Amino acid sequence: MNKLVYLDNAATTKPASEVVQEMLPYLGASFGNPSAFYGFAGKAAQAVDEARKTIAEAIGARQEEIYFTAGGTESDNWALVATAEANEKKGKHIITSTIEHHAVLHTCEYLEKRGFDITYVGVDEDGVVKLEELKAAIRPDTILISIMAANNEIGTIQPIKEIGAIARENKILFHTDAVQAFGHIPLNVDEMNIDMLSASGHKIHGPKGIGIMYIRRGVKIGAFIHGGAQERRRRAGTHNVPGIVGMGKAAELAVRDMEEAAKKVSELRDYLIEKVMKEIPYTKLNGHRTNRLPNNANFSFSFIEGESLLIMLDQAGICGSSGSACTSGSLDPSHVLMAIGLPHEIAHGSLRLTLSEETTREDLDYTVETLKGIVKRLRDMSPLYEDFVKKQK
Amino acid sequence: MYTEKVMDHFTNPRNMGEIENAKGVGTVGNAKCGDIMRMYLDIDDDGIIQDVKFKTFGCGAAVATSSMATELVKGKTVQEALEVTNKAVCEALDGLPPVKVHCSLLAEEAIHAALWDYAQKKGITIEGLKPPVADIDELHDHGDEEEY
Repeated sequence: MNKLVYLDNAATTKPASEVVQEMLPYLGASFGNPSAFYGFAGKAAQAVDEARKTIAEAIGARQEEIYFTAGGTESDNWALVATAEANEKKGKHIITSTIEHHAVLHTCEYLEKRGFDITYVGVDEDGVVKLEELKAAIRPDTILISIMAANNEIGTIQPIKEIGAIARENKILFHTDAVQAFGHIPLNVDEMNIDMLSASGHKIHGPKGIGIMYIRRGVKIGAFIHGGAQERRRRAGTHNVPGIVGMGKAAELAVRDMEEAAKKVSELRDYLIEKVMKEIPYTKLNGHRTNRLPNNANFSFSFIEGESLLIMLDQAGICGSSGSACTSGSLDPSHVLMAIGLPHEIAHGSLRLTLSEETTREDLDYTVETLKGIVKRLRDMSPLYEDFVKKQK
Repeated sequence: MYTEKVMDHFTNPRNMGEIENAKGVGTVGNAKCGDIMRMYLDIDDDGIIQDVKFKTFGCGAAVATSSMATELVKGKTVQEALEVTNKAVCEALDGLPPVKVHCSLLAEEAIHAALWDYAQKKGITIEGLKPPVADIDELHDHGDEEEY
């Protein structure tokens, strides 16, 4: 089977050829260190500046408010840990949600061990953060609210403009993990009152190992990586010039094509969702029906388990992902699926398919046809389905 | 991450299905952990397992261990079947990733649970066979996340 249908674009995306072309000189002849004094390195320094400018414009920020990091995970770690350290005299309380990425959740656990108090705000059945619960969680010692812009598993877009307003009103810093949202949906740090924002290159057809953190001017936060004067002394380490250039180009393309891509991809997504829901019985769509990332579809198929499903899809050349315990390496299924109230056995049978502009209707027709057969096969094998059928009789 | 044998048994499971009016049926595991196995045994008057079928809700390893366990007990006496351990199932599959070893334990427990049901129905005692526990997932270790 040589066919490959790549439907895991929330995990990573294929670098665009324009991005790769733009990076190539900096992997070769233009290898200079942008921090160097001599003229030869000037081209690299200029390229870094240009990428910074492009990315700043993409979110309505100033150039000097963009800091390059090694990726979204580093940015999330930095935002939480450094804000906590810089503000601990003011207070030791942080508010986040139950559906954050582990880059935020595990960093919160780390901070809890260091004496910080974290409130995890819940979500409704569509995966939207409960604003009333968030407001009620605010205390005099709350120093930070960190809520993701859009969820990586179920794609639900969060009301970050409202959350930003709540944070501003209460004079609390607001960080958003925008790794899945950046370049896919419009973001504006001023309109949304965002003080810090994490984004990544490889989710927008850019390279891996590069990300940014936006830090609003005036926000009190120290360095997280020490050992050099780069990035206004806030993030040490020689610049990843090819990565930075690649992310800059990817951001440029993502912003340029956003409207068109969102329209095209969300139409494909809706086509996939409708077809799956129509053709495969006992299926649930996870996440908000419409207010979700253009490329995200997430289903739960009752009576079957996700890893088995993924192996069989892989055998048919289809790449997807699942929130089953067996694929996460832990005992419990995805914390996001549990947070939206799914019972364990339903959460184990989840499948996330994330599309891109390259996805075609033919790909989706093939996927649904294959999926139909696999789900039937696994249900025929399932004692849960057997019990269900016997009960129906 | 899986051996060729595991993939073979997952892709082409042996003895998958159910036996109507089976002499012994056992179900173990729970949906919380994502593995449930059910074994059906057809045992003749001489105590020989004539037929065995399984149904499993679970990951690739859970399906493969169920399939292998049915092969290992088919045609055996009840006493011989009792000696099919999770280690034997694991070895017959050329090994399992550390986090999946519990699946082989589940297969052993499923066979034992079906044998227990057979003994109960027949009103006999099988030497060395303990009653199945309601939730076997409490007994076994799923392995640490670090093992991944």
